[in-house]
Amino acid sequence: MAQEMEAVIGLEIHVQLATETKMFCGCALSFGDEPNVHTCPICLAHPGTLPVPNRKAIEFALQIAAALDCEVAPRSIFHRKNYFYPDSPKAYQISQYDIPIAGAGRLGDVRIHRAHLEEDAAKMIHVGESGRIQGSDASLVDFNRGGTPLVEIVTEPDLKSGAQVREWGQLLRATIKQLGVSNVNMEEGSLRCDANVSIRPVGSTELGTKTEMKNMNSFRFIERGIEAEIERQKALVAAGGKVVQETLHFDPSTGELHSLRSKEEAHDYRYLPEPDLVAIAPSEEMMAAAKASLPELPAARAARYRDELGVQDSAALLLSFETDWAEFFEGVIAHDDSIEPRVAANWVTGEFAAELRRQDDQPLADSKVTPEALGALVALVGSKRVSHASAKDVLEQMVAEGSDPLAVVEEQGLEQISDSGELESIVKAAIENNPKPAEQVRSGNEKAIGALVGAVMRETKGRADGGEVTRLLRQELGL
Amino acid sequence: MSDTNLLTVTAAETARLIRDGEVSAAECLDVWLERTAADDLNGYLWKADREAAVKGVDGSAGGPVAGVPVAIKDIFVTEGVPTTAASKILEGYRPPYSATAVTKLAEAGMPMLGKTNMDEFAMGSSNENSAYGPALNPWDRARVPGGSSGGSAAVVAGGLAPWALGTDTGGSIRQPAALCGIVGLKPTYGSISRYGMIAFASSLDQCGPLTQDVTDAALLLAQLEGKDEMDSTSTGIDGGIEPPSAENLEGLTFGIPSDLIGDGVDPGVKAVFDRTVSRIEQLGGKVVEIDLPHAGHGISAYYVLAPAEASTNLSRYDGVRYGIRDSDADLTSMYEVTRGDGFGPEVKRRIMLGTYALSSGYYDAYYGRAQRVRTMIVRDFDAAFSKVDFVITPTSPSVAFGLGEKTTDPLTMYLNDLFTVPMSLAGIPAISIPAGMAAPEGGGPDMPVGFQIAAPAFGEQKLLEASLALETAIGFDRSGGRVA
Repeated sequence: MAQEMEAVIGLEIHVQLATETKMFCGCALSFGDEPNVHTCPICLAHPGTLPVPNRKAIEFALQIAAALDCEVAPRSIFHRKNYFYPDSPKAYQISQYDIPIAGAGRLGDVRIHRAHLEEDAAKMIHVGESGRIQGSDASLVDFNRGGTPLVEIVTEPDLKSGAQVREWGQLLRATIKQLGVSNVNMEEGSLRCDANVSIRPVGSTELGTKTEMKNMNSFRFIERGIEAEIERQKALVAAGGKVVQETLHFDPSTGELHSLRSKEEAHDYRYLPEPDLVAIAPSEEMMAAAKASLPELPAARAARYRDELGVQDSAALLLSFETDWAEFFEGVIAHDDSIEPRVAANWVTGEFAAELRRQDDQPLADSKVTPEALGALVALVGSKRVSHASAKDVLEQMVAEGSDPLAVVEEQGLEQISDSGELESIVKAAIENNPKPAEQVRSGNEKAIGALVGAVMRETKGRADGGEVTRLLRQELGL
Repeated sequence: MSDTNLLTVTAAETARLIRDGEVSAAECLDVWLERTAADDLNGYLWKADREAAVKGVDGSAGGPVAGVPVAIKDIFVTEGVPTTAASKILEGYRPPYSATAVTKLAEAGMPMLGKTNMDEFAMGSSNENSAYGPALNPWDRARVPGGSSGGSAAVVAGGLAPWALGTDTGGSIRQPAALCGIVGLKPTYGSISRYGMIAFASSLDQCGPLTQDVTDAALLLAQLEGKDEMDSTSTGIDGGIEPPSAENLEGLTFGIPSDLIGDGVDPGVKAVFDRTVSRIEQLGGKVVEIDLPHAGHGISAYYVLAPAEASTNLSRYDGVRYGIRDSDADLTSMYEVTRGDGFGPEVKRRIMLGTYALSSGYYDAYYGRAQRVRTMIVRDFDAAFSKVDFVITPTSPSVAFGLGEKTTDPLTMYLNDLFTVPMSLAGIPAISIPAGMAAPEGGGPDMPVGFQIAAPAFGEQKLLEASLALETAIGFDRSGGRVA
């Protein structure tokens, strides 16, 4: 039998920093503006120009380093990474090479190898059918993006699957977003992810030959691309083949992998310490300020929701990754001491989120429902004044019209039937009217009780407590 | 006062005449524009008319240099004014901004006479690497003015500019100053902003003055030095620069690195050097032998480091955004044809040397090793300056050589920088002052000989004081270089 293989995945993530100006000049950052309006002699690499580092970008990098628990280099330096291409006006990118600003760190269960500062390239537009430089009629360069500050985060090869990459990538994105140092918008390219994928026999500690998957613009595609690549490598090795080091592009529309074999890959970047810049030596004050500026980060927030508030794992993660949802949730539980956070979290991430999606995919920010209103509804359910089923109807109206839950309950008489005599007679009637399921339950098929519960709920228009109904049914049926 | 007199006095004296109202700034400018129009040394690549000369100049500036015009090496970018660094690849280029040094001089009230000739991208020691033909040595037009700031040296020595701005990477101010019989100062690395100075080797390039005498050098340096927020590596000179006034060299020690000087110096140059050493002693200075054990490797290290940096600095000339574009058949042809046509042979040689030295697998053997040599040379100077105040050498092993004499052998040409390169590698200030005349090897009229004095980093004031005392004692007659 063939050796069982496991995947080993490392990521390189480029984060565009949301500073006001570029990394080495005073031009404004922009997205979607007219081409070449945010340029100056420096970012167009006119003769004689020199780079001046953006202090804010260094501060943002230090915040990222703190959030990823990285060691910060006392003196990190810039290098020139030399390559000829029209998107690089100096024909070198100023980047960090052997001494990056941030060294070893960790986020969740993935170790960070390093994080460094660099500048983004300009944007190339190839005119003609091919859409690539080869075979195009002409190529245009938009230097607006050129010189945008980037932090490149490199992980250790600690990831094992596409799904894990997606989950961890979302955690990283949420973490950076929480810091407020980047827009982390993958479609606009402010967050870009490359993955290095290799396989090895389970139990081996050596790394196999890796392939690099470039520039995938959603974590969903990354997951699929990586899974496809793992399968490809496994099949290749199983058939006696060898993985060749190459750069791959995953086409999400076809699910196919294409090799990007081009001369441009065979680069010798001729790294040179950048003589135009001095070392970055963050002061104690800068480091302390970076640490002090950290908000509660998603991983810590998830842990707090889980461990201190008893929120279920999945809901805790969902809430923690989106700051506005977390804030909404905290507003809900602040409404009333009687609300159980675990229950409230399920309402927020379950019924409420689903209802928003169902009603025109409303974003949370546009919702008419306040955290207080949802809190009031959850409290009504908790005190058994409204059944779960009725509460869902109330929620539908709240989302549609921003209604007050108590007012809806009172107007529509949705208050739960709390008179057990009334409920008992409805239960008895249900058993009489549905002899077949009643008989089935009596003869041991407990699942058949559902039909009877349904009948009671129809009769009460959902105003009965499902648990109480079941208890009464079982009692009446002698179970 | 007559025009002729303006042409024979120093820049400092001209400034005084303007301040005292003996001549107006406008009259002064006219006199000099008439001279630049008559340039037959190929010293200028571009000459200003009156309007262009005063564009951006603060006419109300009343400082110590107001109204005194200046010639600018074509390596400084000047807004709207052709700037080529003497390269064909920048033909037609008009920069959208001005260098900090240029702006500072304009703000001090100094009109610009023109842009001076140079070796292409400052790579050369004879000005013969200019894409626009060499500047000529005004003392003997069959000879080179030195380089790379050859045009700046020629126009100052030839009386075509009161003073000039140059740049020095391995000797490019000091050597042409020596060969043309004027004063050239390379300040401490970082003391003057490099912003707008077209880069050759960024860790070595430094702006500095080429002037008729030491007092002028101090005056021009005072205008130029200062930290610039546009240049992260700039520092300025703490305390600034005052006009020097020393009359003797009492209490000062001068060190001669005899091993470095060795036997490779022309006898005539050696004789002038020895005579100057005697003058130092006559002025009360003490002269001792010192050891700079690694300075002899300076040339080797320099010709790895400078080309390595140049190879990346010159990569931006790709035909995409400015300058010439000689092909647009496809991307590779655009690069290859444009750069192939645009760069001269010496620039190509250094780009190739530098590219090789930075290549994967060779970096440590070449660039890494050269950096270690550089560090050792820095330590050599540190050790020397714990014993002496100054290090002295001839500026150049020979007087000005004939046009075409050394162009066939780049290595011989590189040896011109033997005594100037170690100071560049160490980043320390060094000055060349004219010390006398000597006959060229192979015959011909006597030519000027330069004497180099180097000081510890940021020791410019002390360096200028000692230079002034020595200059006064030497009493060099610079009139022989003046174009009639």
